[in-house]
Amino acid sequence: MPPLLEVRGLTKSFPGVLANDHIDLEIEEGEIHGLLGENGAGKSVLMSTIYSLYRPDEGRIFLRGREVHMVSPASAIRCGVGMVHQHLTVVPHLRVWENIVLGEEPRRGVFLARREAFRRIEALCRETGLQLDLHAWTGELPIGLQQRVEILKMLYRGASLLIFDEPTTVLTPQEVDQLIAYLLRLKEGGKTIIFISHKLREVFALCDRVTVLRRGRKVGTIVIADASEEKLAEMMVGRKVFSPKRGEEKPKETVVLAVEHVSTLPERGKALHGLNFVVHNGEIVGVAGVEGNGQTELAEVLVGLRKVRQGKISLRGEDITFASPKERIKKGLAHIPEDRHRRGTVLDFTVTENLLLGFEDEPPIRRGRWTIDLPLLRRFALSRVGEFEIATPGVDVPVRILSGGNQQKVVLARELSRPVSLLVACQPTRGLDVAATEYVHRKLLDLRKEGKGVILISADLDEIRALSDRVLVLYEGRIIGELAPQSDEYQFGLLMGGKSLVAQG
Amino acid sequence: MSLFSILNLSLFQATVRMSMPVLFAALGGMFCERVGIVNIGLEGIMLNSAFFAVFATYLSGNPWIGLLLGVLSGVGWGLVIAFLTVKYYGNQIVVGTGVNVFGLGFSAFMCQRIWGSRGASESVVGLPLLRIPALERVLGENTVFVYLAFLLIFLSHLFLFSTHWGLRIRAVGESPQSADAAGINVHGYKIVFVVVGSAITSLGGVFLSLAHLNFFAWGMTSGRGFMGLAAMIFGKWTPLGCFLASLLFGFTDALQMRLQALGILPAQIILLFPYVVTILVLSGLVGKAIPPSDYKPYEKR
Repeated sequence: MPPLLEVRGLTKSFPGVLANDHIDLEIEEGEIHGLLGENGAGKSVLMSTIYSLYRPDEGRIFLRGREVHMVSPASAIRCGVGMVHQHLTVVPHLRVWENIVLGEEPRRGVFLARREAFRRIEALCRETGLQLDLHAWTGELPIGLQQRVEILKMLYRGASLLIFDEPTTVLTPQEVDQLIAYLLRLKEGGKTIIFISHKLREVFALCDRVTVLRRGRKVGTIVIADASEEKLAEMMVGRKVFSPKRGEEKPKETVVLAVEHVSTLPERGKALHGLNFVVHNGEIVGVAGVEGNGQTELAEVLVGLRKVRQGKISLRGEDITFASPKERIKKGLAHIPEDRHRRGTVLDFTVTENLLLGFEDEPPIRRGRWTIDLPLLRRFALSRVGEFEIATPGVDVPVRILSGGNQQKVVLARELSRPVSLLVACQPTRGLDVAATEYVHRKLLDLRKEGKGVILISADLDEIRALSDRVLVLYEGRIIGELAPQSDEYQFGLLMGGKSLVAQG
Repeated sequence: MSLFSILNLSLFQATVRMSMPVLFAALGGMFCERVGIVNIGLEGIMLNSAFFAVFATYLSGNPWIGLLLGVLSGVGWGLVIAFLTVKYYGNQIVVGTGVNVFGLGFSAFMCQRIWGSRGASESVVGLPLLRIPALERVLGENTVFVYLAFLLIFLSHLFLFSTHWGLRIRAVGESPQSADAAGINVHGYKIVFVVVGSAITSLGGVFLSLAHLNFFAWGMTSGRGFMGLAAMIFGKWTPLGCFLASLLFGFTDALQMRLQALGILPAQIILLFPYVVTILVLSGLVGKAIPPSDYKPYEKR
């Protein structure tokens, strides 16, 4: 029997980039096939080409042994191919049911047959166990539920081959577990699934086989039972990957940051209540918690973007409670913002300009009263790009065109360009691939080794436990407990769920 | 005469009449914006259709032919705007401004060539009254436009919210990527409904020159296209909202005429009324207005 989907010699290039270089792929009916690769390896392009969002330059696509020429998503849909995109394609101001039927609306005369639509969608919901309020405004749902709308959209169109493009990057850990459960259920129901990811754990939890891409080429396809995390990571990156290891040295006794009884008002976010903690030199303090429990607000308070109502923050013994962000930066506070697109970088500025932000008004970059020393700036940018291994076609291209990992490196390069005594790192590896994550982890550990303080706020518990010396757990704007990183996951889970236990570790 | 003496049925009838041009512009603008195109050329489209309606009537002696040509000119401008902004990703504000400036200059130039005066055309036969006695008691004597407008409001509402075309229009405007992924012809929808919107807008121009005045005068739209834009925003991009908002503008216009007759305030100040209301409406007096559209040109890769 021919495979459900067969791709032969598929090639797609964009100006300056060969995104897919003669890729062969076979997807068997009823399997969950993982597609692994670093950012920029060509996974999304490959799938978007199969879904006919892009036209291939070369190559042939066969469905159940018959060659197909799909020219638009509409024809892909007719062939039974559905895709959930990384950036969801639901219309926020339409209701859930409207989004699901969009493009395939049941009609009665010239009017939409609403009842018919409901009947069909509700039947699908029952079959798959995906529950949704069909009347809700789609834009008001949490991302996890919006994704559910997308899945129903595909099923409604009768798709038998479902493509998921990095569906877990936007989800919370709980939502990821739910999604994995649903996908397994869809597989039982006879669907075939292509699952794009760069998270190995998810691939192991789900997939039957995996195909690994690297820089636009296929590295190989292996059965998951024969694979190990190390092997897959090596295939993706092209070399051995090292998991982060904290050095043996103990944190020093000196306190770099002291936060005393800090509270804030619940303006545009969660209120913080009486936070109390210190960070020592040479120490990484992790901040764990379910997202939305005050992590963002804590970071904003530390870097001076949010007003403190009560309490005191001091950096190396100096009171900075009311210092402006700029003053804090000058005193040695560095910040990796959680949203690198909105706060970390100006996407349409060049690499050089992004590296300059915050230095532009200081010597030696500022020359004289009004001018910027452009040659010096260029040398500075080039040296940063070299030192931080930023992969970019040049220092004068907009940061927008870089991969997420390289954008993050630009942020790091800028923040670590001045004498740093404390780094506030917020979700520093979110959305980054294995190699870039490894790089960021190494930088954080280097800072620790150099005797700087680091606050690591992350939604990735594994990351926090691997890097931190101590872990604070935030719940509803309070520090509900402190754990040693080696404490078991169960204890973390309890604290993150708001059940305080007798302090330990 | 007291101030209250002007609050009577005839003020209401004048309100409905004066709201017509604004309403057509608002409805037309709404269709354009619902598919993601800001059409600030409404004013120019109206002015041109007012001119063409009079011109065709002047040549043929038949105001119905005038109406037809007026609407055709709207279709023409719709096509121009649609192709420039949708197909060639032109900047919507620049294109719209171009249409406005062109409309003002072109109609004046033609007026000069044809009638020897840049200020106004000769009078032509206007559209006849449509006699519906039952409605006339409330609405007064009207041409086809008033009834057409009510029909349009009703139909647009049904179309937008109860048909699959409406659903697709809303999706195309707000999230073209999503619509594309759902297999909808995004550019096709955009082009068609910019044209439809422009055609509806042109009805407002024809109303002014063939139902309201029976001649063409330079700049006779005097900002009603922009008021339509304001009414559309005030009306939150819905047909019913556009209607109610247009009534407000029609009311200020009608009131303004009556206050002038009373002579209690200098005419210049009274003339400002509709424009002051426009500014107040747009400056957020009405609460936050979130457009249902993403106005960026949609580029397919």
